[in-house]
Amino acid sequence: MVMSIRAEGLGVSYGDIRVWKDIDLDISEPGLVAILGPNGVGKSTFMYTINKILEPTEGRVLIDGTDVMDMDYKDIAKIIAYVPQQSNETFAMSVLDTVLMGRYPVSGFVTTKEDIQVATSCLKMMGITDLAMRNFNELSAGQHQKVMIARGLAQEPQILMLDEPTSNLDVYHQYYVMKLLRDIAREKGIIILVICHDLNIASRFADRLILLSKGVIGADGTSEEVITKENIKNVYDMDTEIITVDERPYIIYHADENIDVGRGSGYLGSSSGQHDL
Amino acid sequence: MKLGKLLAELKVRASLNKTLEMAEGETEEEFVLREYQASRRSKMIFLSAFVLLFVVLMGYKITLGEYKIDFLEVYSTIWNHITDNIVDTQADNVVIQQRMPRVLTAILVGIGLAIAGAAMQSMLKNPLADPYTTGISSGALFGATLAMTLGIYIVGGYYGRVLNAFIFALVPALFIVALSRWKKPSPAMMILVGIAIMYIFNAFQSYMMLRADPNSAASVYTWTVGSIGMTTWEQIPILAVVSILGFFALFLMTRTLNALNSGDAYAKSLGINVDRVRIICLLIISLVAAGIVSFTGVIGFIGLVSPHIARIFVGSDNRILIPSAALLGACMMLICDIVGFLIVGATLQIGIITAMIGGPIFMIILIAQQKEVW
Repeated sequence: MVMSIRAEGLGVSYGDIRVWKDIDLDISEPGLVAILGPNGVGKSTFMYTINKILEPTEGRVLIDGTDVMDMDYKDIAKIIAYVPQQSNETFAMSVLDTVLMGRYPVSGFVTTKEDIQVATSCLKMMGITDLAMRNFNELSAGQHQKVMIARGLAQEPQILMLDEPTSNLDVYHQYYVMKLLRDIAREKGIIILVICHDLNIASRFADRLILLSKGVIGADGTSEEVITKENIKNVYDMDTEIITVDERPYIIYHADENIDVGRGSGYLGSSSGQHDL
Repeated sequence: MKLGKLLAELKVRASLNKTLEMAEGETEEEFVLREYQASRRSKMIFLSAFVLLFVVLMGYKITLGEYKIDFLEVYSTIWNHITDNIVDTQADNVVIQQRMPRVLTAILVGIGLAIAGAAMQSMLKNPLADPYTTGISSGALFGATLAMTLGIYIVGGYYGRVLNAFIFALVPALFIVALSRWKKPSPAMMILVGIAIMYIFNAFQSYMMLRADPNSAASVYTWTVGSIGMTTWEQIPILAVVSILGFFALFLMTRTLNALNSGDAYAKSLGINVDRVRIICLLIISLVAAGIVSFTGVIGFIGLVSPHIARIFVGSDNRILIPSAALLGACMMLICDIVGFLIVGATLQIGIITAMIGGPIFMIILIAQQKEVW
């Protein structure tokens, strides 16, 4: 059975800065859902409200009909896994131990053979089995990212949320990871939310795209519905051409005409910025 | 080779098994499982080596003194005492009554400080954290001094001093909780705040010492520099309760501590109520620190250094790190006490030796600090 995510009148403010308000959203179909939008628009904040890392200032998030604020952290973790944008380990363990941490909500004190098998299969999916016994701190940023995705998969969640999982990866692995996530979502019938800055890669693989803009949802739907010249102009203030590649919209940016270096980023009123939680 | 690199290399060698090779017909999954089991085995070997070192050091320490007794005799005397089959009453008196309280104090203090340090370092994501550098020990010292010099008890009775120490140890502990919750401090800021708290408590402490009568001030001073020579069998049970119960309580939290090491947001996403866990953990640590400080004063560096040395051999998984750090903490205390005895005799306060040895080690760790070492 697919778990659903429902946001009702959702709003978040950091002090006096309102990130967004009155967000109404219903995600109940399995598949890969891309959360898009400019820097500081509140994409990570949206994820934080879904698994109670952050308490919304208005409205609520329902997971399968239950207000997430009424749920225990433990119960949420059995349903939702979260893959942060960057690794934040102070005392690094081996890669396998790091991935095994994803088993925390579902396994006991002692690591079982089954836990190791699940973790190893997740490493295999990410193509990094050979790194299993390496120290996490010895790895490159891209390898860190693959380990963290494997750790999220090891949690075997109903809903998987990934914050910019491809930001440190080379182009091959960006496509690899997005294709893998799409296939897992379809195969297992789960919801995978992914924050992404590459609109073309999101367009190519996501089943649904949600474009956040200036405190509201700018567009929501299939790639054909969201990746349009008008939407890109409205949200990013850029002139583009849309062509079709692999039966999906593909954006050609006209960078020189669009970007006035001295002006800064024109599309943002006031950036809420990244908040370290 | 630079020290940082050397430590990193040692750590890699200790926790990983680069010598293993995939056997013919073995799948990748089977190979990873085999590698993991081999790595776990090597960590257990290190843990066993620490146990052995501990047994040797404990036996050797008890042999030291005017009354000559050899190593094996120490353990046979202890065994005979436990089984109520005392053969040599003089040896029994020397080993059990005279030397054992000091040795047990050293061991229990070492265990308590090391587990507190290891837990704090993971919980606060801070390699420099321990009860000493975060001001918890200073708070406890202030509370205990309040009872000893001015006779001010929050709750009276035999354990009044410990309770005083516990209450005042909670001041910096709660400050840490508040700071972590609202300010997201950097590791350096956390330690600087701890040092500031330490100075504040030390100032009040010095004021109380000046106000106290000279005789009581002298005995309080001897205690504040960290002494394990004043404990008797009467105080061992409470020290054992705080250290051993503290050990088991923190050991049960080791998986949670592993997760906290990955940051608050990720720990929450794994189902951990981060604020609650932090409060419980700091309560345990404050109780351990208060119990230790009440009877032995402030003994620095053991809590800070033991987990780092343990990490070099067994890695950063708290499930193996905390028992290893506990054993190494006990071993370091025994080594410091042995060194003190061999240099100047048993009367030297152990806090002076731990600072003399631990200080330079702490500086080396600080200077050699580079990301891969942690």
